[in-house]
Amino acid sequence: MQKERRYWLDRKENVTTVYRTVWGIGALLLLAELFLHRHEDFTFAAWFAFYAVFGFAACVTLVLTAKVLRRILKRPEDYYER
Amino acid sequence: MSADLPIALVLIVGALPILALRGSARGAYLVVLSAVAFVYLLTLPHGVFGRFTLLGEQLVLMRVDRLSLLFGYVFLIATLLNVLYAWHLEDRVQHLAGLVYAGSTLGAVFAGDLLTLFVFWELTAVSSVLLIWSRRTQRAYRAGMRYVTIQLLSGMLLLAGTLLYAADGGSLQFGRIGLDHPGGALILAAIGIKCSFPLLHNWLQDAYPEATETGTVMLSAFTTKLGIYALARCFPGTELLIWIGVTMTAFPIFYAVIENDLRRVLAYSMTNQLGFMVVGVGLGTEMALNGAVAHAFADILFKGLLFMSMGAVLLRTGTVKGSELGGLYKSMPWTTGFCIVGAASISAFPLFSGFVTKSMIMTAAAQQGHTLSWLVLLFASAGVFHHAGIKIPYFAFFAHDSGIRCREAPPNMLIAMGLAAALCVGIGTVPGVLYSVLPYAVDYVPYTATHVIDQLQLLVFSALAFAVLMRTGIYPPEMKSVNLDFDWTYRKLAPSLLCGIAAAWSRAGQAIGQCLRSPLEAAAGAIVGLHRPEGGMARTLSTGVTAFWAAVLLGAFLALAFF
Repeated sequence: MQKERRYWLDRKENVTTVYRTVWGIGALLLLAELFLHRHEDFTFAAWFAFYAVFGFAACVTLVLTAKVLRRILKRPEDYYER
Repeated sequence: MSADLPIALVLIVGALPILALRGSARGAYLVVLSAVAFVYLLTLPHGVFGRFTLLGEQLVLMRVDRLSLLFGYVFLIATLLNVLYAWHLEDRVQHLAGLVYAGSTLGAVFAGDLLTLFVFWELTAVSSVLLIWSRRTQRAYRAGMRYVTIQLLSGMLLLAGTLLYAADGGSLQFGRIGLDHPGGALILAAIGIKCSFPLLHNWLQDAYPEATETGTVMLSAFTTKLGIYALARCFPGTELLIWIGVTMTAFPIFYAVIENDLRRVLAYSMTNQLGFMVVGVGLGTEMALNGAVAHAFADILFKGLLFMSMGAVLLRTGTVKGSELGGLYKSMPWTTGFCIVGAASISAFPLFSGFVTKSMIMTAAAQQGHTLSWLVLLFASAGVFHHAGIKIPYFAFFAHDSGIRCREAPPNMLIAMGLAAALCVGIGTVPGVLYSVLPYAVDYVPYTATHVIDQLQLLVFSALAFAVLMRTGIYPPEMKSVNLDFDWTYRKLAPSLLCGIAAAWSRAGQAIGQCLRSPLEAAAGAIVGLHRPEGGMARTLSTGVTAFWAAVLLGAFLALAFF
C-alpha cells in the first residue's frame, strides 16, 4: 500500500511553532500600541492592552461558562426522536 | 425608464423553464436569468411604480430607493452564487423552490405597502420550506413542519398588525411604524420572528441544519435579512431594539461553543450577527443604519460562504458533526481556504468584509455613549471569532485527523465559494464601493491605525485563549449530543403538558363517573323497583278499593265546587 503523504502540520513540533508564532504576533501588537495616538470614545478603551486582555478574558469566560451550561443542557443525540 | 415590471416576477415566472431544462442548459439558463435580473435592477430609476388599486386601497409593487436597491443587489448576488453552487444538482423541486424563494424575497423588498409585503412574506415561507423537505428524511420533514408553522405564524401576525394599524388611521404604506400605534407591536413580533429575536429564534437553529447541502446556503441568505430590511423600514431608532439586539449577540455564542453540528453552530452564529444589525437599527442614527444594512450585505456573503464550505463537507463526507470530522484540509484544501476567508470575514479581520461593516455599528454605539451595550458587543465580537472564526475551520479541517479521505468539492461549488470569498475580500479591501450604495452618505474611515491594532489585539488574544484552552485540555470536546434550547418548550414541554392534561381530563372523567354512579344507580334502582312487573306501580288493585278511591276523588271535586 502506498504510504500517505506526511503533512507539515502532522508534526507536533510544527504545531508548537504555530502556537509560539501567534504569541509572538500578540507581543508585537502590544508593542505597536505604544506608538499609537489613541482617540477612543471610552476612556477605559484607551488603557494599555485593553483589547488584548478583554479578548483573552472574554473567550476564557465564554468557554468556562459554556462548559457549565453543557452540564445542564446536554441531552443524548436522539433526545427529540424518543 | 419605467419600473412597472416587478422584479419578483422576473425570477418567479422566469423559473418556469427549469421544468423543461436539465444539466448544463439549466445551469446556464439560471445564470443568465440572475444576470438579466441584476441588469434590470441597475437600470431602475428611483420612485414608486407598479401601482394598482385593490378593494379601494392603492398597492405598490415596486418602491425603488437606495435601501430597497441595496438589498436587491445583494439578494441577486446571493441568487447567482446559489445557482452556481447548486449547478450539479438534479432536483427540479429545489431549483424551482430556490428561485421562487429568491423572487418572493425581492418582491417583499420592493413592496411599497404592507399588504403586498404580506403576500410575498408568506410566499417566502411556503417556497423555502421545500428546501428543507427536499432532504427527504423524517427528521427534515418534522423540522420543516415546525419551520413553516412558525413562518406562517409570522405572516398572520403581520396581517393582523397591518389591519389593526390601518384601522387606527395608519396607512398601509410599508414605512416607519413605531410602537405607538396599535398593531405596531404585532408587526414587530412578525418581523422579530424573521430576525430571530430571543425566544423567537429557535426555528432557525432547528430547521436550517436539517435542509439540504445547497438548501441551507439559500436559506441563510434571504429570510433573516428580509427581517432586518423590514426592521430598518418600520422601526429605525426604536430603543427597545438595542437591548433585544445586544441579547441576540451574546446568548447564542455560548450555545455555539458546545454545539456539535457545525451547520447548527453557524445557525447560532447567524442570530449573533443579526443581533449586531438589530442594535444598529435600534440606535437609528445614519451611521448605525448604514452599519446595520452594510453588515447585512456582508453577512449574506460571508455566512453564505461558511455554509457553502460546510455544505461541501456534508456532500463529500456525509456529516458535519465536529465529533466525526478533522484533518479534512488534506482532502479539501480549496474548501479549507475558502472557509478560512469566510471565517476571517465574520470575525472582522482587517482586509475582510466584517471589519468595515460591523465597526460602523460599534462606533455608532460608542458615540451615543451606550457603554454596557458596547461592552457586550465587544464580548460578542471576541466570541464570534472564537466559535465561527476558529471552531468551524478548526474542527472540520484541522484538529485531530479523523482519517476521512474524500474528494475535493465539485468545481461548481468551488467557483461559487471562490466568488463569495473574492467579494468578502473585495468589500474588506475596497470598502468605498459598498459605502457608495448605502442609504446615507458615509462619514466613516474604517482603516485607522487605532482600529486595526485594537481589532487585531482582540482577535489574536481570543485565538490565544482558544489555543491555551485546547492545549491544556480545558476546552470542551465535541460530543454527540443535542443541547436544550427554547424549542424544548414546544417540542417536549408543550406535548407532554398536553398529554398530561388529556390524561388528567380522562382520569377526572372517570372519578366524576365513580362519584355519581352510586346515587344515580340508587335512583335508577328505585324507579326500576317501582315500575318492574312486580313493582308497586304495576300491582293490580281490587275493584272495591278502586271504587272507593274514585268516590273519594269525586267527593273532593264536589267539596271544591262549593267554595
